[in-house]
Amino acid sequence: MAWGFLTVYWREMIRYVRFRTQLFSSLLQPALWMAFFGIAMSSNFDRFTSSIPAPAGVIPLDYLTFMAAGVIAMTTLFTSLFGGMSLLFDKNWGLMREMLASPMPRTHIMLGVSLSGMTKSFIQASIIMGFGLLLGVQFFPGYSAARIALSILGIFAFVGAFSLGFLLFSSTISMRLESPEGLQGIITLLTLPLFFVSNALYPIQAFPAFLQTLSIFNPLTHLVNGIRYFALGGDFFAVGARYTTSTVDVLGSFAYLAVFAAVMYLLARRTFERAVVT
Amino acid sequence: MGGDDIIEVRDLEHAFGNFTAVRGISFTVKKGEIFSFLGPNGAGKSTTINILTTLLPLQKGTVRVAGYDVAREPGKVREAIGIVFQEDVLDRDLTVGETMEFHGRLYGIPREERRRRIDDLLRIVELDSKRDERTKNLSGGMKRRLQIARGLMTQPEVLFLDEPTQGLDPQTRMRIWDYIRQVNGAGTTIFLTTHYMEEADMLSDRISIIDHGRLVVSGTPAGLKNALGEDVVYLETEDDGKARDALSGIEEIRSVTESPRGLSVTISADGSHCLPRIIERVRGAGIGISNVNLKKPTMDDVFVHYTGRELRDTGA
Repeated sequence: MAWGFLTVYWREMIRYVRFRTQLFSSLLQPALWMAFFGIAMSSNFDRFTSSIPAPAGVIPLDYLTFMAAGVIAMTTLFTSLFGGMSLLFDKNWGLMREMLASPMPRTHIMLGVSLSGMTKSFIQASIIMGFGLLLGVQFFPGYSAARIALSILGIFAFVGAFSLGFLLFSSTISMRLESPEGLQGIITLLTLPLFFVSNALYPIQAFPAFLQTLSIFNPLTHLVNGIRYFALGGDFFAVGARYTTSTVDVLGSFAYLAVFAAVMYLLARRTFERAVVT
Repeated sequence: MGGDDIIEVRDLEHAFGNFTAVRGISFTVKKGEIFSFLGPNGAGKSTTINILTTLLPLQKGTVRVAGYDVAREPGKVREAIGIVFQEDVLDRDLTVGETMEFHGRLYGIPREERRRRIDDLLRIVELDSKRDERTKNLSGGMKRRLQIARGLMTQPEVLFLDEPTQGLDPQTRMRIWDYIRQVNGAGTTIFLTTHYMEEADMLSDRISIIDHGRLVVSGTPAGLKNALGEDVVYLETEDDGKARDALSGIEEIRSVTESPRGLSVTISADGSHCLPRIIERVRGAGIGISNVNLKKPTMDDVFVHYTGRELRDTGA
């Protein structure tokens, strides 16, 4: 029974492939962000920021490259927050009872759902990276094949830890709510501050102190840090600001996401063990 | 309690906030029987089933299913039971085969065994040709059959059937009854709830009726119907007035009423034993009889008698 979560994972992935509209929108949405928002914003930002010279020896990056990491992060955030929706449907359609009445440990339900959410985020991140490279995103500048492989693993580790945290969070909420509308409301309420009080689309250096402090506690900021570190290196210049990230910084960001995921796990486990669905 | 009780419920109580849904009920289900649990909506039926199947935590009382305490060993209980839920609990986008596969995996049945049981069960419920069909494309009867097959996959000691034939046409219902008898014949104890009194009557070895959170009566279908003692004999004679006089003096007759269509004679005992004497008396008085009809109480009558209302055919 220790592998029970794979059963839930298997079913979630069947659903993912079968819900055609969900599949296509989940694959298309990040590409659309890159294609429209990315290109529109970069033509503006690059015009403003080209007047600020990069310090000697630091590689200047264009805006599209800068925001590509943000789009990966944002997509992961959305997908993960909506990940619990599947449990709400299970609950409303009575399917949850089949699982709850089975001898499979309840934690495996949330693990299976989380694992499938993670897989979806990995697929999306891969698409954004691939599509981004086509659009001219300068990820992995001058990297060797081995370093690219390692960097992708690093990005996946960050995406994985981050999505796990938010999937478990979303699962907890879904188990406590009655309607998909409620979850939708909470997600909308959360995504705006999480997304905009982060370094996903612009540098936080120019934020007021209050927002800067907030953004440091924002898991999304740490995810973006990690992705940029692996995709662009530890020292680059973009949107008029210099970014230096040390190994310690990156490990700190990862640790933050890991702790966040762990706390969410405990919360979700408590909710699942007490869940009564009749 | 006897060693052949597979379900033992003692002093079960359950409250939702201020509302006490179940007010101390006790009953047992014997191994191998078909037991029907009946009651109007809101009587505490679903609450009881949910506790028995470990979906609701036990608050007060003791409940043992298949030899395990639901509060102390819910995992063991879950392994020993199968459940067919009231509504169609099927993932619309999984195929018939996948639905079975998912269930088998949930219960950790090894792959080979799983394959074998899926093949067998789909054949029994005649769905083997629909294996790759998504469940949303199945008819109502097929969906029910699939869920029964799924409930049987773990070879449970007790199969809980919550309204197994709700909303199905008469032919399909009869087929489902056949499956239920077949499963029961193979040794599985059946715990059934239904809104169809005739279904409970035809299938059950024993019936308990719950109302307002209490058990109001338990017994065999025949016993319950006979205990009601309201057999009615309808007579059409040449002269109803004279026939009525001729009947006076038979002890078991409770009342005789005359109507334009004949006499209706209410009998306090078993009507079929009384009927020959009624006929002899009327004939003996020289009155010809053109029509005789004996109506025994149905389970509907039993139900209404004990609960004071008829079952509404809506979800509980």
